[in-house]
Amino acid sequence: MTRQVILGATLSALMITPSLAAEIAPTDVTYVEGAIEASLTGVPGDPVNGKKIMTTRALGNCVACHPISTMPDVPFHGNIGPELNGAPDRWTEAQLRGIVANAKMTFDGTIMPAFYKTGTFIRPGAGYTGKAPEGPLSPILTAQQIEDVVAYLMTLKE
Amino acid sequence: MKLRTSALATATALGLALTGMAWAEPVEDTLTIETDDGQITMVTTAPAPAHLSDVMDTIYSGWHFRDAETRAMQMDDFDNPGMVFVDRGLDAWNAALGKNGESCAGCHQSPESMAGLRAVVPRVDEKTGKLMLMEDYINSCVTERMGLEAWGMTSKSMKDMLALISFQSRGMTVNVATDGAAAPYWEKGREIYYTRYGQLELACANCHEDNYGNYIRSDHLSQGQINGFPVYRLKNAGILSAQQRLIGCVRDTRAETFKAGSDELKALELYVASRGNGLSVEGVSVRN
Ligand code: HEC
Ligand code: HEC
Ligand code: HEC
Repeated sequence: MTRQVILGATLSALMITPSLAAEIAPTDVTYVEGAIEASLTGVPGDPVNGKKIMTTRALGNCVACHPISTMPDVPFHGNIGPELNGAPDRWTEAQLRGIVANAKMTFDGTIMPAFYKTGTFIRPGAGYTGKAPEGPLSPILTAQQIEDVVAYLMTLKE
Repeated sequence: MKLRTSALATATALGLALTGMAWAEPVEDTLTIETDDGQITMVTTAPAPAHLSDVMDTIYSGWHFRDAETRAMQMDDFDNPGMVFVDRGLDAWNAALGKNGESCAGCHQSPESMAGLRAVVPRVDEKTGKLMLMEDYINSCVTERMGLEAWGMTSKSMKDMLALISFQSRGMTVNVATDGAAAPYWEKGREIYYTRYGQLELACANCHEDNYGNYIRSDHLSQGQINGFPVYRLKNAGILSAQQRLIGCVRDTRAETFKAGSDELKALELYVASRGNGLSVEGVSVRN
């Protein structure tokens, strides 16, 4: 799993395969009032994988902060952020993509981390190891993982 | 909870930033500890020290944020697994560990001679002008007065001794100095406290000032006070020093941490301690 992520990031950095070449790199993303209009990959997101990302600590870990009533099977939801059920009633897909990629563009100074950002950070580490990273940082989520999460969020219409 | 969610939803719909909105729900309870020498009642809730008056009214010991079972373990020394480490510290205190057979007891007599120290350390040492953690004081005796190699900052010997020395000040009021010679260190610690480190870009304040009382996954967020340190941590079945806790919290922001005993973490420990000025020294307390 980790290996795939790293491989994906490396490939996309080198822009080797044609499908990945279409990907928009974190530094090339255009935010319009916090929203990202176009898909980051051109490949439709997979909501099932999106849900997995949102509940996995080393990935999205959205449940750490958000109650999500559509996931009663997942134990211990945090309550730092708002309930996500109904999010697509409040936000467009483009706005949700912007929020997941870098919520600071929508909510100034928010505690919510930016999941599709590679710089600038103060003392970034290599994941949760506490050590300095070797080489350039990858975003916390890949472009396709962002799309997967957005696809899941879009299923949360109330 | 229900109310908050809808309030948040409304506010976010309006595009308002919501940081700074604390939802405090520390458990109402009183910490009276059964000890060998009778009961001690701890001050676990106190008016915030003046330097925090802009951000909070009341400070709470982390004890208020733990579940009933964990809280209960700290209410009787007999049930507190941390006491084993106090005993181990006492054995080391009395042992002739030094190169020439010196012992802590040989120079300091009973560990009770340390009563009151935990409440005022970290502090700037009058003679050297250096900021001293308790670990630094211990190590200066270990190296200069006993002829030994310094103990590791987070070693077992060090943490046993921290447990023993804290225990002597239990129930006394935390009152670390923030002014005078301490001021520059305190300012540095304060700056670190509000810096958003790591790839998650989180400052101590984001969790422990803006969100205490809320849950982050299954963790009930406290104010991140260190009056209870060292703590016995059930998860690790061992003693955790304040330095270790600070390291863990920095690491969890996906940041490169600071080393135990580094200038940064010493300054941060002083600053964090000062946010608890007014609470009782509780170490050794119990955490999940
Ligand atoms: C550290 C806590 C934290 C984490 C982790 C987190 N969020 Fe958030 N999120 C927030 C907060 C707080 C807000 C409210 C906005 C603000 O700060 O003003 C928010 C707002 C949102 C919103 C807008 C909600 C609405 O309906 O108004 C969405 C959507 C969202 N987050 C999705 C996610 C997703 C998806 C993830 C995981 C990939 C995630 N969040 C991870 C804290 C977090
Ligand atoms: C050879 C005598 C000697 C031995 C052995 C010794 N100390 Fe000390 N210790 C001192 C002296 C002298 C001071 C400085 C007291 C002062 O400045 O007021 C001191 C200071 C301290 C302080 C700071 C106290 C304060 O009030 O500022 C601590 C803590 C301490 N020692 C712990 C220990 C421990 C733990 C041991 C055993 C591992 C130990 N010492 C062994 C002589 C000794
Ligand atoms: C992502 C949120 C988060 C951030 C940021 C964070 N912590 Fe924590 N911290 C926690 C959690 C969760 C715990 C365990 C539950 C509790 O006591 O809050 C904890 C516990 C603590 C404790 C132990 C409290 C006790 O009574 O046992 C201290 C001290 C502490 N943190 C200090 C800090 C400091 C200093 C920083 C900044 C370097 C920091 N934390 C950053 C989440 C965070």
